[in-house]
Amino acid sequence: MENRKTTEILLIGGSAGSISVLLEVLPQLQDHLSFPLVVVVHRTSHPESMLEDLLRFRSRLPVEEVYDKMTLKDACIYLVPADYHLLFENKRMVSLDCSEKVNYSRPSIDVTFQSAAQIFEEHTAALLLSGANADGIEGLRCIAEKKGAVFVQDPETAEIAYMPRQALLNLQVDTVLEPREMASFINQLSTYY
Amino acid sequence: MIELDIVKDDDMEMLLKDISHLYGYDFTQYSKASLKRRLNRICMLDKFTSFAELRYRLIHDDAYLSRFIEEITVNVTEMFRDPHFYAALRHHILPILRTYPFIRIWVAGCSTGEEAYSLAILLKETDLFNKTLIYATDINPSVLEKASKGIFPLNQMKQYSRNYILSGGNRDFSSYYMSMYDVVKFNSDLSSKMIFSTHNLVSDSSFNEFQLILCRNVLIYFDKDLQNKVFKLFDDSLQPFGFLALGAKETLRFSNVEYRYKQWDEDKIWKKIS
Repeated sequence: MENRKTTEILLIGGSAGSISVLLEVLPQLQDHLSFPLVVVVHRTSHPESMLEDLLRFRSRLPVEEVYDKMTLKDACIYLVPADYHLLFENKRMVSLDCSEKVNYSRPSIDVTFQSAAQIFEEHTAALLLSGANADGIEGLRCIAEKKGAVFVQDPETAEIAYMPRQALLNLQVDTVLEPREMASFINQLSTYY
Repeated sequence: MIELDIVKDDDMEMLLKDISHLYGYDFTQYSKASLKRRLNRICMLDKFTSFAELRYRLIHDDAYLSRFIEEITVNVTEMFRDPHFYAALRHHILPILRTYPFIRIWVAGCSTGEEAYSLAILLKETDLFNKTLIYATDINPSVLEKASKGIFPLNQMKQYSRNYILSGGNRDFSSYYMSMYDVVKFNSDLSSKMIFSTHNLVSDSSFNEFQLILCRNVLIYFDKDLQNKVFKLFDDSLQPFGFLALGAKETLRFSNVEYRYKQWDEDKIWKKIS
């Protein structure tokens, strides 16, 4: 981690099996992270607010579901709503988009990761968790191409190993993390630590 | 599969200026992040290997413009999307509109018409259909053509029927359409109270007064200034005590007209109060 670039955004993507990891990791984050944290998970649109409520209840950081043209703040956790893609207009403002699904998914992890890579370039950091499809791999590649930081959950610890395993097979990953290491790792990305 | 990133910000700006200058369609206040994806997408779909090819085609082939507009605007929509919203219309908003002798509804950015048909079904079931007109408008003539036919893919009907039931519908959803191979055609009676017309929210003005305006998941593609401009247009087009309905993640909060409106419960419906 020498010469590490400042992290200006942290993205976490996950699908099947990722919620339990989020519930373990997010509550342990310190409450003055120097960047916003955006969570893209595949979920059905009906139990809309359940995840938000669960996280809000446990996390020290404010948890908000994203609405269109929202301004992001440091040390806040943002959940991408079901049925929308999330795109970055600039380093602070996001847009929602309900265009076609990508990888059978909306939100698509690839779409948000790619958009972040275009805006934050080498200041992007992303973590890909457990999941059963390949969404997120291309997005991680975009981030790696911009020299951002790319992390994946250790497939051995993932409920569904396919997604992190595909990432490891297809691209150069900076760090492989077990869930129990994730929170302190994320805390150390922060310049306020 | 995500699109390649071949369109640069400067390219995009130049192209939008060309289109505005040549054809009078102004996309310069569209949300940049989305628009860029759409431009990359059309390059992929129509096999332009560079941005210059797309630009050349657009400048020199005016027949290509309609294809371009159809593809860079997002036309993803569904019937009874967000069932909870339609339940609020059915149980709370339409009973208020019932008191008017004549009801005018504007579906702004109606795309292929799924929302207009959902509304028509609600109006039928609440016995308001005969005294209502639905104005369904879009920037894009080709989607209006589709909307006026009321023909939708059969494979969507399971989802739409589920949405319909969740929104409080209790009839047999399939009684509203006829299946023909892989599509269904909705009863033409439903479209008998719809007026389809092109209308560009960016450049066209108010054309009537309405008691209800639906504009759901359209404004997300506009930047904040344009959103405010369109809110003003809706404000000019709403009767006092009329209702404005937005998409599930859109809001009138922080807008220039916010103070004149009161949000209806948890749903994205605002009542004009002054």
